[in-house]
Amino acid sequence: MSTIKLPTQLRDVAGGNAEVSVEGDTVGAALESLFAEYEELRGRITEDGELRRFVNVYLAGEDIRYLDGLETPLPAGAELTILPAVAGG
Amino acid sequence: MNAKSLTCRECGFEYPLEARYVCEKCFGPVEVAYDFSALASGDSESLKRRIQAGPQNIWRYADFLPVDALPQGPHAGLPVGSTPLVKADRLAERLGIDGEVWVKNDAHNPTHSFKDRVVAVASARARELGMTTLACASTGNLAGAVAAQAAALGLESYVFIPSDLEEQKILSTGIYGTKLVRVKGNYDDVNRLCTELSGERDWAFVNVNVRPYYAEGSKTLAYEIAEQLDWQLPDRVVAPIASGSLFTKLKKGFGEWIELGLIEGEQPAMFGAQAAGCSPVATAYAEGKNFIKPVKPDTIAKSLAIGNPADGPYAIDVAKNSDGSIEAVTDDEIRAGIKLLAETTGIFTETAGGVTTATLAKLAAAGKIPAGGRTVIVITGDGLKTLDAVRGSFESYEVEPKLSDFITHVENEVLVP
Repeated sequence: MSTIKLPTQLRDVAGGNAEVSVEGDTVGAALESLFAEYEELRGRITEDGELRRFVNVYLAGEDIRYLDGLETPLPAGAELTILPAVAGG
Repeated sequence: MNAKSLTCRECGFEYPLEARYVCEKCFGPVEVAYDFSALASGDSESLKRRIQAGPQNIWRYADFLPVDALPQGPHAGLPVGSTPLVKADRLAERLGIDGEVWVKNDAHNPTHSFKDRVVAVASARARELGMTTLACASTGNLAGAVAAQAAALGLESYVFIPSDLEEQKILSTGIYGTKLVRVKGNYDDVNRLCTELSGERDWAFVNVNVRPYYAEGSKTLAYEIAEQLDWQLPDRVVAPIASGSLFTKLKKGFGEWIELGLIEGEQPAMFGAQAAGCSPVATAYAEGKNFIKPVKPDTIAKSLAIGNPADGPYAIDVAKNSDGSIEAVTDDEIRAGIKLLAETTGIFTETAGGVTTATLAKLAAAGKIPAGGRTVIVITGDGLKTLDAVRGSFESYEVEPKLSDFITHVENEVLVP
């Protein structure tokens, strides 16, 4: 069981939740578990099965693009954070 | 105001001019869109006169910025912009450039960097939206700009910086009485924290939730360059790329004025400058990709050390579509660039300006600056903020206060390291 933290922009299509508990032993599987509950999130976060280019997903503070992307394995009790990528500079 | 909406750059969905930076449909960045038809109805000469009659700061361009009213009285804030554009003949000569080189010296702003421009616009719009606390994630220059502007406007502020930032930037920020938060991590970590925080607090994070307004402030650099060149376009511009925001907004600024007939000709060729130790945009450009692979920064050019640049893909488009390019230079080239600019123009820039100057040198050496024409380099910050970069770059003389000692050791050039 892992936790996905959602940004404010996505909470309206996730029943108002800031955090959702999910199953899965990779980042991709955890996201599938999230989409199974809230299907509308799929199109917001991904495009053709890949993360949208302006979506960042962090595992314990590390951008998963530095890790193995959607294949990144998740330890038990992992915390994923989804955030918009367009900030900063 | 001529700004009409916030429009998603990816899917085109439109939103009102509120505190928003992300499209809810596709997570793309939203950008301020304008309707300049009210300005286009008159002739361009009267529009020029209207601009020239404005204040000697960025608000002379208020018609092209996303604010309801000219900030005035207690809300005027620090006056920013109207920085010098100087012709750099000896720099051109040293680099063997057969044409004009001009230096836009934006270190002449109140906190010594171009960030004062973007913060002025962001804070003006934030106030119009009823927000009373300014905040930012900063690689250093923005920190000082937000802290100072908040002090000038009497607003509260929170400034988040990487904990290993140059001491000069920390000291010249904290003095303004901001809440200075040193985050244990690099800029991308700071940015992530601020992105998360911006959803939980009712603050104007200038480069997060009010970023579309902030980014528009960079257009004033393009307007000023054109106005200072007597309403003409440069042939090429060399500017640094961190997030890519400044680089893309320079193009937007020139484009708006071309469309309104204020200046004639083609968009300048846009050359982007990155440090080799943090060059995700230059790398993607060289590989012909339109997406950015994030990197872990390792460079002395800390103000450009953004490993995951938000506007990277758009910066690549700007370089490609204007016959420019995006280059990367090493830390040694950066130090040499700082020295070159200082020795040939009397302008002492920080490491980011070293990146820009070194990129001009690299382009010149590669024969990419054709004879004739006019090149403008955009110097975004002051050398006093990154003093470590120049330590040991020159030698000095130490003498007893005696004429004979001076003659022996200085005039006979016996250097004491």
